Amino acid sequence: MATLQDFKTEEKSWWCPGCGDFGVLAALQKALVKVGAEPATTAIIAGIGCSGKIGNYINSYNIHVTHGRTLPAALGVKLANRTLRVLAVGGDGDAYAIGMGHFMHSLRRNADITYIVMDNHVYGLTKGQTSPTSETGFHTKTSPQGSIEAPVHPLMLAVAGGATFVAQGFSSWQPQLADLIVRGMEHHGFSLINVISPCVTYNRVNSYDWYKKTLVNLDEDPTYDRSSRARALTRLEETDELVTGLIYQEASTPYEEKIPGFLKTPLAHHDGHIAQEAWDALLEQFE
Amino acid sequence: MIAWKIGGDQGEGIDSTGDIVIHVANRLGYYVYGYKSFSSRIKGGHTHYKVRLGTHPIQAATRHTDILVALNQETIELEGSELQGGVILADSAFSPVLPPGLDAQLLALPMTQMAKELGSGLMRNMIAAGASAALMGLGIQPFYDYVAKRFGTKGAEVVKANQMALQRGYQALSESAHTLKTTWTLTPPIPADRLVMTGNDAVALGALAGGCRLMCGYPITPATDIMESLVKWFPSVGGAVVQMEDELGSITAAIGAGFAGARAMTATSGPGLSLMQEAIGLAAMTETPVVIVDTQRGGPSTGMPTKQEQSDLLAMIYGGHGEAPRIVITPSSLEESFEDGYEAFNLAEIYQTPVFIATDLSLALWQQSIERSYVQNPVPIERGKIVKTFGSNTSEPFQRYAFTADNISPRTLPGTPGGQYLATGVEHAPSGKVSEAPENRARMMDKRLHKIQSIHSRRQGFLVQGPANADLMLIGIGSTAAVNREAAQLLQQSGIAAAVGWFRTIAPFPHELFASATQGSLHILVVEQNATGQIAQLIQMQGLYDQRFATLLKYDGVPFLPEDVAQYAQQLIASSMEVTH
Repeated sequence: MATLQDFKTEEKSWWCPGCGDFGVLAALQKALVKVGAEPATTAIIAGIGCSGKIGNYINSYNIHVTHGRTLPAALGVKLANRTLRVLAVGGDGDAYAIGMGHFMHSLRRNADITYIVMDNHVYGLTKGQTSPTSETGFHTKTSPQGSIEAPVHPLMLAVAGGATFVAQGFSSWQPQLADLIVRGMEHHGFSLINVISPCVTYNRVNSYDWYKKTLVNLDEDPTYDRSSRARALTRLEETDELVTGLIYQEASTPYEEKIPGFLKTPLAHHDGHIAQEAWDALLEQFE
Repeated sequence: MIAWKIGGDQGEGIDSTGDIVIHVANRLGYYVYGYKSFSSRIKGGHTHYKVRLGTHPIQAATRHTDILVALNQETIELEGSELQGGVILADSAFSPVLPPGLDAQLLALPMTQMAKELGSGLMRNMIAAGASAALMGLGIQPFYDYVAKRFGTKGAEVVKANQMALQRGYQALSESAHTLKTTWTLTPPIPADRLVMTGNDAVALGALAGGCRLMCGYPITPATDIMESLVKWFPSVGGAVVQMEDELGSITAAIGAGFAGARAMTATSGPGLSLMQEAIGLAAMTETPVVIVDTQRGGPSTGMPTKQEQSDLLAMIYGGHGEAPRIVITPSSLEESFEDGYEAFNLAEIYQTPVFIATDLSLALWQQSIERSYVQNPVPIERGKIVKTFGSNTSEPFQRYAFTADNISPRTLPGTPGGQYLATGVEHAPSGKVSEAPENRARMMDKRLHKIQSIHSRRQGFLVQGPANADLMLIGIGSTAAVNREAAQLLQQSGIAAAVGWFRTIAPFPHELFASATQGSLHILVVEQNATGQIAQLIQMQGLYDQRFATLLKYDGVPFLPEDVAQYAQQLIASSMEVTH
């Protein structure tokens, strides 16, 4: 049984002191221990940006890909070896700007991948530009007069886009965040956990204090029905997505279980052998 | 050798009639080549299909047509000039007219009327096929047999109806045979066990035999067949085809699978290749195996999606930012397409780098004969350096990118305890950890760039057919190499000692082999289907393009014809002799 220590590396962090990403890393490591994951059978696919560095700090099989492409890479890893626990991790730019196409299609494809988005509403590693989740009016180096675009609403998009598991956590609320990641990993199918992960350097608007005052914990609302897309959308609309907790979940069959004839054992261990009769039958179409 | 062509409106079953003729001829033991020579002068609903059949291998198109089956007058107008003394077999329903000056005999048969008598106008094509069988002296029984196989699943009645139509056409032609001025007597074929397929089929079969079990793609002409074939075949062998949302996703999913140890591929054409370039750099940087098929077509931008071109070579070799090594292999026949279809996966895993199979529209789409024995199973599968277990006392982190004598580091597949590492597109140390240390950077660049060089001891990167001291060597890749092989035969018939050379590996460039193989040739003509002479540029970069070299370029979307290449080569030799004397 792996311990918290087993998922740590000796790498020193590149994140700014106080960065929300520390909380995401800690919660993820706790969640991995809690679900009984092992470093050797865990694959983490990270994107580009501050968030993408997370793979440096977790002991597992990690691939740090091109900007916006964590989800296709994660799909490839999952299909190559179905026995692996596959997590994709990236920031709001990776997920909702350059990678938006993959995001929407991954929702409806529903492969068994846990997607953690570290959302700080700003581009940090490039030193402070507008992100797709930045609020209208947000001042950055690329929006000196304030952003004139409406922000993306990732949770509503996910619910409307066919997601089977949608949650939002806050990097300061560790027990809930770790629990959401555990539930995401245990979900059969694609799970989105959008994590509010404040940037202490480039976002002074959406600060820890601001979130602590505005976020509503849905998990503490016994009347909330997380099995209805319509009600989830309504609540997200009413709260401007300023909620934490499990927002929507439905039982699902993951993509890889629906592929006709798909091997249950890892493709990675397959010897490539084809029975001679099968090969001969295949060639008949060319006779 | 006979060149048979059928033309009519789209939707009249032109392709399927051609398909029947090509398969029957192949089953009889003839070598066949079937294609559509798209031409910008042909607009609207007109379509056609041409089959060359003979007793020697055929791998290219030709201008000449012997028998033209015309289902409308437009076919006679547009295609008639290809005939020189041949026969136009036309449906009398459209009252065919032979245009003045056309050197051909027009033979009208009441195809539509006969089809109606059989109860279905759809049978007209079968009547045309039956008449063609008689005209070419192929006999009718092989057509009956093939139709029984092809339509067997549709029931005995469908088979019977088609056979009756074939019989009516065969009989009608036989009754008019005495009026023919030209008849064909094909050399009887030596019975053989051959299949008919396209280059795309051969690549897909090679991939399947080579253990590829995951294909992530996005539909694009002329690559889509590969995806469509694999999605049909994979369920019986446990593989998966994923239709991704774009080519960015296709290549990245394949790379993710390669990282996790599956043999994965994607297949695309020009626009898709452009989108994949960043990720190809990722695969090169993380030393992850991945196979990409590029069926080249007319570019840039959307270009000419259904036209032949070979203009992606430099993009495959050098595309994308930074200096990312990749292997580019170039099949020029069905046999080589099958071989490269599986060998690409061996190369990708042995060298831990992206491997391109560079084909082109003509090779990818047109049908040819191939000996069944070439399409063998099983094929050699080599997975390269993979560490499967670690000693229990190993506490040191795995050095995924360790410096080694051959520059190839052992890798682990996820799931292997103790083998965890970070694969990153950021420059990294042997451990996989991010490093921008100058010394490490330079060593890592050298490692990645040098490791692929030993490919030349594994496979011959340049092949030659013909005399060592040739008057002329024709050089090409892909379908152009096949055109060159026929052009060389034509030149040899004219008394010119012609040789043919073609690349099997274009990156890394087979410098030594190319230099020695071309040494004895007096003239060397590089024939390529692009506007800037990309192969010639590569030869120049090697410092090997001397005064013996010339290029023949074509970038109008129409494939080279052997007769045109031969004619140009003859002129080249003649003009150089004028200069010499």
